[in-house]
Amino acid sequence: MNSPVSTPLRPVIIGAGPAGVRAAVTLAAAGLRPILIDEAARPGGQIYRQPPAGMTRPPEALYGFEAAKARAIHTALAPYAGQIEHRTDTLVWNIERGALDLMHRTADGQPVSTVLPYDSLILATGATDRILPLPGWTRPGVYTLGGAQIALKAQGCGIGQRVVFAGTGPLLYLIAYQYAKAGATVAAVLDTAPFANRIRALPGLLNCPDTLLKGLYYTAWLTLHGVPLHSGVILREVAGPEGAVSALHWRDSHGQDRETACDGIGLGYGLRSETQLADLAGCSFSFNDLHRVWLPDRDAAGRTSVTGVYVAGDGAGIAGADAAEAAGERAALALLQDRGLSVDTARITVLDRRIARFRRFSAALWTAFPVPAGWAQDLPDSMTLCRCEEITVGTLRRTVQADAPTELNRLKALSRIGMGRCQGRMCGVAAAEVLAHETGRPVSAIARLRPQPPIKPLPAATIPADTAGEATP
Amino acid sequence: MSLLVRYAEQSRPPLRFFLDGQPQTALSGDTLLTAILTCANRLRQSEFTGENRAGFCLMGACQDCWVQVRRGNGPVERLRACSTLLEDGMSLSTSPAAPPVMTGDLP
Amino acid sequence: MTRHLRADVVIVGGGIVGGSAALFLRQAGASVILMERDRPGSRASGVNYGGVRRQGRPPEHLPLSQRAHALWASLESLIGEDGEYVRSGHLKLARSATDMASLEAYAARVENFGLGLRLLDAADLRRLYPMVGDSAVGGSLCPEDGHANPRLVSPAFSRAAAAAGATILDQSPVSDVRITTEGFHITSAQADVTVSAPVMINCAGAWAGELAARMGETLPIAVIHPLMAVTEPLPHFLDVSIGVEGGGIYGRQVERGNFVFGGGRGFAHPKAGAATDSTPPDYARPERHAALRLLAQGTGLFPALQGCTIIRSWSGVEAETPDHAPIIGPSRIHPGLFHACGFSGAGFQIGPAVGAVLADLVTTGRSVTPLDAFRPDRFSSPA
Ligand SMILES: Cc1cc2nc3c(=O)[nH]c(=O)nc-3n(C[C@H](O)[C@H](O)[C@H](O)COP(=O)(O)OP(=O)(O)OC[C@H]3O[C@@H](n4cnc5c(N)ncnc54)[C@H](O)[C@@H]3O)c2cc1C
Ligand SMILES: Cc1cc2nc3c(=O)[nH]c(=O)nc-3n(C[C@H](O)[C@H](O)[C@H](O)COP(=O)(O)OP(=O)(O)OC[C@H]3O[C@@H](n4cnc5c(N)ncnc54)[C@H](O)[C@@H]3O)c2cc1C
Ligand code: FES
Repeated sequence: MNSPVSTPLRPVIIGAGPAGVRAAVTLAAAGLRPILIDEAARPGGQIYRQPPAGMTRPPEALYGFEAAKARAIHTALAPYAGQIEHRTDTLVWNIERGALDLMHRTADGQPVSTVLPYDSLILATGATDRILPLPGWTRPGVYTLGGAQIALKAQGCGIGQRVVFAGTGPLLYLIAYQYAKAGATVAAVLDTAPFANRIRALPGLLNCPDTLLKGLYYTAWLTLHGVPLHSGVILREVAGPEGAVSALHWRDSHGQDRETACDGIGLGYGLRSETQLADLAGCSFSFNDLHRVWLPDRDAAGRTSVTGVYVAGDGAGIAGADAAEAAGERAALALLQDRGLSVDTARITVLDRRIARFRRFSAALWTAFPVPAGWAQDLPDSMTLCRCEEITVGTLRRTVQADAPTELNRLKALSRIGMGRCQGRMCGVAAAEVLAHETGRPVSAIARLRPQPPIKPLPAATIPADTAGEATP
Repeated sequence: MSLLVRYAEQSRPPLRFFLDGQPQTALSGDTLLTAILTCANRLRQSEFTGENRAGFCLMGACQDCWVQVRRGNGPVERLRACSTLLEDGMSLSTSPAAPPVMTGDLP
Repeated sequence: MTRHLRADVVIVGGGIVGGSAALFLRQAGASVILMERDRPGSRASGVNYGGVRRQGRPPEHLPLSQRAHALWASLESLIGEDGEYVRSGHLKLARSATDMASLEAYAARVENFGLGLRLLDAADLRRLYPMVGDSAVGGSLCPEDGHANPRLVSPAFSRAAAAAGATILDQSPVSDVRITTEGFHITSAQADVTVSAPVMINCAGAWAGELAARMGETLPIAVIHPLMAVTEPLPHFLDVSIGVEGGGIYGRQVERGNFVFGGGRGFAHPKAGAATDSTPPDYARPERHAALRLLAQGTGLFPALQGCTIIRSWSGVEAETPDHAPIIGPSRIHPGLFHACGFSGAGFQIGPAVGAVLADLVTTGRSVTPLDAFRPDRFSSPA
């Protein structure tokens, strides 16, 4: 299938968020017939996630300032319906030797796995919350920040009546605002980042003045409506009777121990790119000091170290939805160029400039809302770090003492960290911080968890079909 | 006690289902997670400590929301509650026990 | 500055075989240096199924396997931890009358080796193992076979050797071997160390052929990648390790509830740029549909698996010989050099005993355990 004489395969895009949708549309506009795959039922990705059919709130109610952009992404595919094959409800669970493994369910619910060969592939897999656990974080009532937002956006539900949003990052304020607007009581917004960081980040944040203004608006609105906002805090513990949340214990920036009563907690420390598929596709990775994670190596257009494989959007490093749209389009243009097709170079210049500006902005965001320094220092041994396998910090410390593992996969082999259903999506960042702290090495020196297929649980009843055909360009 | 609170979209048509053998009502368009957590305070129990769990990420990443489901008298399936829509008449279990076969009329 | 170290014996490879050889050589009083490219027990020995199984091995392998059986019994005193070793029993299922007949024939053949096999007809099987579905018509139980956690056991052998006084050089890939009249001079450029010893043992697993080739000796081993996969944790339904006569799935339910299973092959995952035809890659991955196909068999055997999910799959890099028997013994061309490799997917159970016989061979020139089936010179065309 890779012989030079054969006609190229249909390009494949994974992820129908802003990056993937823009990539698909760009390829279609150039006359190609891309295949766009997403686990979700409808396009939009995370930020522009659409509620299931039958819900009635208009985009203005769901996406606020971003309603127009959301609508544009939701309707972008329709004009190319004959050209773009959008495979919804389809999980890419593996990449092996130039072909994807896809799982979908037939009308009667039977899971089927098909093989889709590719020669050009754009990975636009987005991001999930970056989580640093605290004691009690597995209790019902504690959700990721993103999860709290999805409940509201896609289901009209909140994670409680009296909710605390804790951690760090711009989403804290946005989601607190959205909850307050929806009628919930926001008991507090607890940001671990010192306020001074935001001042320091200001010059960089001015790269995207309108986004900065929106952020300031949410903060001002919350203050005006009496929502307590605290910066520079330390999160201590989720408390409550067994199996429930009744309060969050925290320490304020003056070192005072405090307690906020609540029945729901949204927790997150910014976002973390979903990179498992890039790993399975064989892309090389480097440690990114700014994001404190490993990211696929790429050029400015999104070309990875593997010919024909591109990354775009938050899956290639967190830069936000507008950047994702630009990066999706840019990766598509690179793909077209690499196929020897002509592209609008003026457009490339515009996109490159725009992407660079978004990158400066998002770099400033990491300055404003950094991973709390010394997070791994004072954790109690009894704290659960991995919620799948229920591995505690103490177990990790004992493993480090017994074997002196120098990298995460060894720690995984000996302690089971990252071996559970989520394969380290929730605990990986925290485990890296703990291992680095315990061994006195920088996080950059302890490698990353190797993903193992299936990257998400695969039903045993899945029927393997050997190929999916789909070879027409 | 319920964990999730409905703030909007409450005029959708109702759906009926069974939770641990008891009849319950949800709304069409609800995920299994929403359906369960608007009438109960857990989705599942951890396999190792038996702790109650109620999902975490709601976006198919944490995998802490797999529940056992039966449609009619069909076999038991495990489905991810945050990314599966409820269907009328489903029988769901929030414990390690398989959801019972529930046939006949829902109230 | 390059360090120069000396010992009575240098071992290359810190899998279960190299680790146990180091331990037993120390116990016999030899000074030992073990060189491991990565971390001890991180390759085949650390990623395997953990089957500590004698049933099904050819009769001529059983004396070695029985010696290992005795060592496993005292594992904790040997390596300082229990390694989750349990004698759960190993139940080999027959899915047809023909398969049952071959289980019976095997039981007759190995009668004198003390495996204590018990043949079960359909009625026995239903009574003793009600969790087994209708697709099995009978089976053979080896009550004292079992399993252990390879991720814990294999590194522990090298740790125990270190505690007994062996020098373990990890992150020390061998980059050069020089042979003089005084013995072997082995360099690891990465670790900036040279080790000299009159005796060398090649325990380099799937990479043993490459190491031997550097010394001008050909070992007929091919690289294989057995498949492993695991389901989510399930309510307990199975307390015995399972195999199937005629091949196919094997599996067990671990204490935490996951069903771990294997069978079939993977493919190699070449590390960027480095893997060549003569260098086995560092990692392997399972063939895409292998786990699903195997688990479909598994669900037939165990209805309790119905509706579960697979959460991970993996593979390992292992060496196989033409007759599926390992190569254990002295080199055909270099006095003082011993090979122990080519375990053909079954070296974990015998690993501890292989270390013990290597110590025998090095210190006394012979072993009480018959090793004829494993002689390096048994293959027709020498180097
Ligand atoms: C929960 C959440 C809420 C957010 N809310 C906001 C917000 O309100 N405002 C804001 O500015 N930013 C928000 N962000 C950040 C925002 O998501 C991103 O900036 C933007 O959505 C990135 O777009 P993207 O196209 O790169 O990825 P995404 O929008 O994340 O889209 C990725 C898509 O890929 C699909 N996918 C991933 N892996 C697979 C696979 N293996 N198989 C099949 N499909 C797959 C996913 O289902 C998803 O639809 C949020 C992020 C998250 C995680
Ligand atoms: C998936 C799988 C399942 C299996 N299941 C079972 C089972 O259930 N029961 C059973 O009995 N057996 C099983 N086996 C087989 C068993 O794992 C192996 O036979 C056994 O582990 C071999 O041990 P070893 O020490 O020879 O090899 P390894 O563990 O591979 O050790 C060799 C070591 O040598 C090192 N090395 C290589 N080259 C160099 C160099 N140049 N310099 C320094 N160091 C070097 C390597 O890094 C490695 O650590 C299985 C194997 C696999 C892969
Ligand atoms: S709640 Fe995280 S996967 Fe469903």
